[in-house]
Amino acid sequence: MKALRFGSLMLLAWMLWTPALADDFERLLQPLTSNNMAAKAQVVQKLADTGDARALVIFEAILDGNLHFRRDTGELVLASLSGNMFQLRDPYTGESLGEAGRREVSRVNVNNAIRSDLRTRRAALQLEIGTATDRRNAARRLMSQIDEELRPLFEGRLQVESSRATRRYLEMGLALMDLQDTDPRVRMAAINTLDNDLLPVVRRSLTPLAENDPNEAVREAAQRSVRDIDTLLKVNRVAENVYYGISLGSVLLLAAIGLAITFGVMGVINMAHGEMIMLGAYTTYVVQLMMPNHIEYSILVAIPAAFMVAGLVGILIERGVIRFLYGRPLETLLATFGISLILQQAVRSIFSPLNRQVTTPEWMSGSFEINGALALTYNRFYIIIFSLLVLAALMVLLKKTHFGLQMRAVTQNRRMASAMGIRTGWVDALTFGLGSGIAGIAGVALSQLTNVGPNMGQQYIIDSFLVVVFGGVGNLWGTLVGAMSLGITNKLIEPWTGAVLAKIVILVAVILFIQKRPRGLFALKGRSVED
Amino acid sequence: MKAGPITQFLTEDKGGQRLLLVILALSIYMPLAHLLLPSDSMFYVSSYTLTLWGKYLCYGMLALAVDLVWGYCGILSLGHGAFFALGGYGMGMYLMRQIGDRGVYGDPVLPDFMVFLSYEKLPWFWLGMDMFWFAMIMAVLVPGLLAFVFGWLAFRSRVTGVYLSIITQALTFSLMLAFFRNEMGFGGNNGLTDFRDILGFSLQSSGVRAALFFASGLLLIIAYLVCRYIVNSRLGRTMVAVRDAESRTRFLGYRVEWVKTFAFVASAMIAAIAGILYVPQVGIINPSEFSPIQSIEIIVWVAVGGRGTLYGAVLGAIVVNYLKTWFTSHYPDMWLFFLGALFVVTTLFMPKGLVGVWGQVKDYIAIRRGYQKPGDGTASQGGA
Repeated sequence: MKALRFGSLMLLAWMLWTPALADDFERLLQPLTSNNMAAKAQVVQKLADTGDARALVIFEAILDGNLHFRRDTGELVLASLSGNMFQLRDPYTGESLGEAGRREVSRVNVNNAIRSDLRTRRAALQLEIGTATDRRNAARRLMSQIDEELRPLFEGRLQVESSRATRRYLEMGLALMDLQDTDPRVRMAAINTLDNDLLPVVRRSLTPLAENDPNEAVREAAQRSVRDIDTLLKVNRVAENVYYGISLGSVLLLAAIGLAITFGVMGVINMAHGEMIMLGAYTTYVVQLMMPNHIEYSILVAIPAAFMVAGLVGILIERGVIRFLYGRPLETLLATFGISLILQQAVRSIFSPLNRQVTTPEWMSGSFEINGALALTYNRFYIIIFSLLVLAALMVLLKKTHFGLQMRAVTQNRRMASAMGIRTGWVDALTFGLGSGIAGIAGVALSQLTNVGPNMGQQYIIDSFLVVVFGGVGNLWGTLVGAMSLGITNKLIEPWTGAVLAKIVILVAVILFIQKRPRGLFALKGRSVED
Repeated sequence: MKAGPITQFLTEDKGGQRLLLVILALSIYMPLAHLLLPSDSMFYVSSYTLTLWGKYLCYGMLALAVDLVWGYCGILSLGHGAFFALGGYGMGMYLMRQIGDRGVYGDPVLPDFMVFLSYEKLPWFWLGMDMFWFAMIMAVLVPGLLAFVFGWLAFRSRVTGVYLSIITQALTFSLMLAFFRNEMGFGGNNGLTDFRDILGFSLQSSGVRAALFFASGLLLIIAYLVCRYIVNSRLGRTMVAVRDAESRTRFLGYRVEWVKTFAFVASAMIAAIAGILYVPQVGIINPSEFSPIQSIEIIVWVAVGGRGTLYGAVLGAIVVNYLKTWFTSHYPDMWLFFLGALFVVTTLFMPKGLVGVWGQVKDYIAIRRGYQKPGDGTASQGGA
């Protein structure tokens, strides 16, 4: 009831005052040009009380540090330094006001106290006049600086707010204030309203109550709540690590899956595999350069392009070098390593040895917030989906198509396949091209996560081999299981050991595992194994 | 019954005899020319050339070690750089301790990087490394022990071929990551450097440089003779049998895993000695020596020179590294193109390496004239 009356009063005040303020607003701003911090603090408060959209503009400008005033007239302007001159703009309309020398304008300086006050008031103002997203973000930001002063604002806002997320923040904010109430029943209700929320501020505010609240029931409720939050946080952390693990696993899967074809199916130790990934990443970069106005969609063009580029290079390598070396796996290692050096140097000569930056499209950035403490980033999510799609497509290709059938026939019994009229040479070339092309696709995905540089392939080659060898040569399911178990294990032990040690542990574990099962997790059985 | 190993060396190993003669001549001439001749003489050897060639000799010894396991026992190790680097670190630790209180921080016991990382006292594995004999024993024994444990585990469970190559690569990669960590107590990223003395003599003096070069040449010759002795012995012939038909050798009653472990450990120790000689001449050892690429490069030296001949490996190491020096100073951008092409050309057209080219040419001429059947191989040199 109180809140409703307050809200309508505010509304009434706003309706009455707005026309008059149009003139008063400029006058209010005057002390900002002075050096008096106390006066400035008062201005901030008064500005906030106006509820005027212009106040928000002024707040933002001060916080960003580009609100200036002309020394001669005292007029407030936005100024940014370019060269030796300030570019001036109107704070409200943004239109250009020409240039000014360094000595003609001064910045509106504030101290830290005012600055933090400004942040609160900016959020409060946004809550009142911002768009739905602004309001939600503002409410969330206010959570960490909750203060009894905000109560009227929150209560008023709660009457009119329609967005559920924002309402929840507002209710939590009020509950956080209620935790300081003298009435134990109010505190109890507040604890219930907060409902074990995982925002850090909730746990922080509940801790003092759990330790020394005078009322026993409240104390116990707070203790229970803190305990529950701690459990939830622990679960969250594990969930987060598993998510990172799956995403690392899918990166490994993407990198290794092409190798599972060239190495696993064909028996070629393809040391140039990493460079196929690199070629795919550079293709992404080039595609982006060619369509600067459609960065958002360039990645969709880059996927087939990278497949084609890496696949064609793969076919060239197979026809030019590898076909003379079948049955001599260790020689293919040397020859393909030579090719990898040539490709690296070629890229270094063409694009420069420096890393290139690939822009991540808008729709891939950002994160999905599950609760106050856990947010999953979209780009990792897309890569997980993407790697599984690639794996599925490859499985279908191998199991359901004519080419897949020929491929399997050639790897199982080359002579017989040849006798049945399969052109084994072409099947070899296409198989190698397929494996390389998939490495190229992996490069597109990896370019979204890391820098694109001439050495990027080398980072993945050892990991890829480990995944394939660990999973068992010649088995795509083995590659999937191998990649995921290495990725998840790595991320789960990382909190204890740190990133580098976790990697070492994984390497040593795989070395020991190979002793136990020299043919990997899913070993092929039968006579064809012993060559 | 064939003749004993030594007679066999004297009568049959023509390539090895020539190579050893050249190395002996070099290791006598170059130090003497550096010490005695005036620096404007035509035959003078500058300290830069001396250390450079000293480095080549160390690489030659490293290639020799790899050829012993790869050329004669069929174990393609992609991690031999690890043993080389471990030996180097052993020497580096001794040289670090020799700096004494002349470091930047002037601590009498702790090396500079430890003071910098605020170590309280010397880690246990640094103890005793100020004694030359102890440091040298450790620098050979530790890589040997690592090779023994690793080899014994792998060969006992019959990890062969590609799988073995991949896990040796994983071994050197994990060691690289470990040595990059500051907490390991080996200077992290920067490694060990700023050495001053060896056995009380300054590393910068010409006498020490000449002595190190001579030692490298001498030890390379000794290592070659040891390797030749091994491969000419009964054990060496078993090694070749394991290389060519592992299962058959096992069925004949030979303990294949022990033969392989022996070859692997012996090779690792030779590689470690090469590392020991390498560090004082180059003046630094850091974790990049462990990088898998480095180990693959060693394989290339052996392949280019001629695998399974011993002298081919040494020749390959010297030739490839000489070319590397030349290219990186004249055409730095072209070096990787050249090295890559060298790999491809060697595997495609020169399966027996440089030392086999003459045999290949003779074979080719013989076939053209119709004297010999192709693939008879009598005209080619070497044991592979």
